[in-house]
Amino acid sequence: MREITGYERKSGKFGVRNHVLVLATVSCVNGVINRIAREVPEAVCVPHAYGCGRGSARETQILFRILASMVHHPNVGAAVVIGLGCERANTKTFRPFIEKAEKPIAIFDVQESGSLQTAKEGAEAARRMFAEIGGQRRVSMPWDKLMVAMECGGSDAMSGVTANVALGSVSDWVVGKGGSVIFGENTEMIGTTHVLTRRAKNEEVARQITEMIDQAEQRTKDIMGPLASWVISPGNMDGGMSTIAEKSMGCIHKGGTTQINQVVDYGEWPTEKGLILQDGPGYDGDSMAGLAVSGSQIMFFSTGRGTPAGFPCVPVIKVASNSPLYRAMIDDMDVNAGSLIEGKPLEALRDEMIDRMVRTINGEKTKAEANGMEVFTMMTVNPPF
Amino acid sequence: MKENALLIHPRDNVIVALRGLAAGEEVRVKGVEGFPVLESIPPSHKAALRDIPAGEEIIKYGEVVAVCTRDIRKGQWVHTHNLESKRWKK
Repeated sequence: MREITGYERKSGKFGVRNHVLVLATVSCVNGVINRIAREVPEAVCVPHAYGCGRGSARETQILFRILASMVHHPNVGAAVVIGLGCERANTKTFRPFIEKAEKPIAIFDVQESGSLQTAKEGAEAARRMFAEIGGQRRVSMPWDKLMVAMECGGSDAMSGVTANVALGSVSDWVVGKGGSVIFGENTEMIGTTHVLTRRAKNEEVARQITEMIDQAEQRTKDIMGPLASWVISPGNMDGGMSTIAEKSMGCIHKGGTTQINQVVDYGEWPTEKGLILQDGPGYDGDSMAGLAVSGSQIMFFSTGRGTPAGFPCVPVIKVASNSPLYRAMIDDMDVNAGSLIEGKPLEALRDEMIDRMVRTINGEKTKAEANGMEVFTMMTVNPPF
Repeated sequence: MKENALLIHPRDNVIVALRGLAAGEEVRVKGVEGFPVLESIPPSHKAALRDIPAGEEIIKYGEVVAVCTRDIRKGQWVHTHNLESKRWKK
């Protein structure tokens, strides 16, 4: 019945897209990436604000993990990496992290031949890669090879009542099929330790959950001081949410109700299947990056206030929590969970979302994909120096 | 009559307005006797399902989400002006 297909990688993982990625290792070469994007618009081109000017061990770990995992991502069939030459994430130090990716990879340094020549050679490499991987065909994909990310952003009080409840029912269904679901946003778990630890696979996972949420709370207090209780945004409050705990309860709904099998670090690949928690931030772009590069091939994103943001190389299915938003942002929204308010049974909405997920996995573009609304940001720990 | 609010969990002491409710409008929720809201309630905001004395917990999703800072009467708007975070005092 509901068959899913994907591109089987040598690593044994399955991708649901076969993208050629063009990735900067540092912001200095963004102009080169943008030139290649104009010449090879079908490539997934990722300029960004990172790659140098930050030095802590943690910062470097995150930087290399996120950039390397973009190359390793199962939805990426081949990659062109553009570096500068003197940056922290320079291609020489970066190369060992990606050379085992078992896919076509080309690496260029702008300091060797200048921006225009690098853009020309990078564009040629990208075109060559499309020819090289174009013969790969979709094959039947086992459900246990699928990991679905669950994200929410620009939330309103209906996000926790309609959209995240619907996401949760899809989460339970995917886990029931043997697949995996991952969600993060540790600041939006504050106040829910007692709820999440009850569902931990064992005491170790429960301890990790407690530690993750305690740290998120401490960090928030350190940064916000007396304003900590208002860490939720003004838009959240306009939408009827009053405290972080209220927001959190609505937030964790999206992971469903199954056992929590593992807690992973930001951007880290899980080794367990089933429901996985990620120790990552709540800010939409940073959160999406962590969940995506952990190997999830597809993402649901619920929103109550509305955001068009997608992610490069991972299809993002937008779920509106209310019908006025769905209508106002019809170009950006894929699913209307506001239909629950108008009397649609949850099970019918869940089935609609599963159908949408299956069609997306099998190649149908989401609105964010079709409109080119990708956002690529990542968590940082320290300001740049 | 169509419902105009949600009671998310049976333990909850607040309801969530599915659309904006005008002052005096009756709240219609499955399993709850109708009662009027005492002031206008914006869509997706909360109204008290019963009298909640100052210091008592606000329960939504069946869990504690806040503590109320002044007496709230049944039907009143429940928001940042009459509650505070249990975890972080203002």
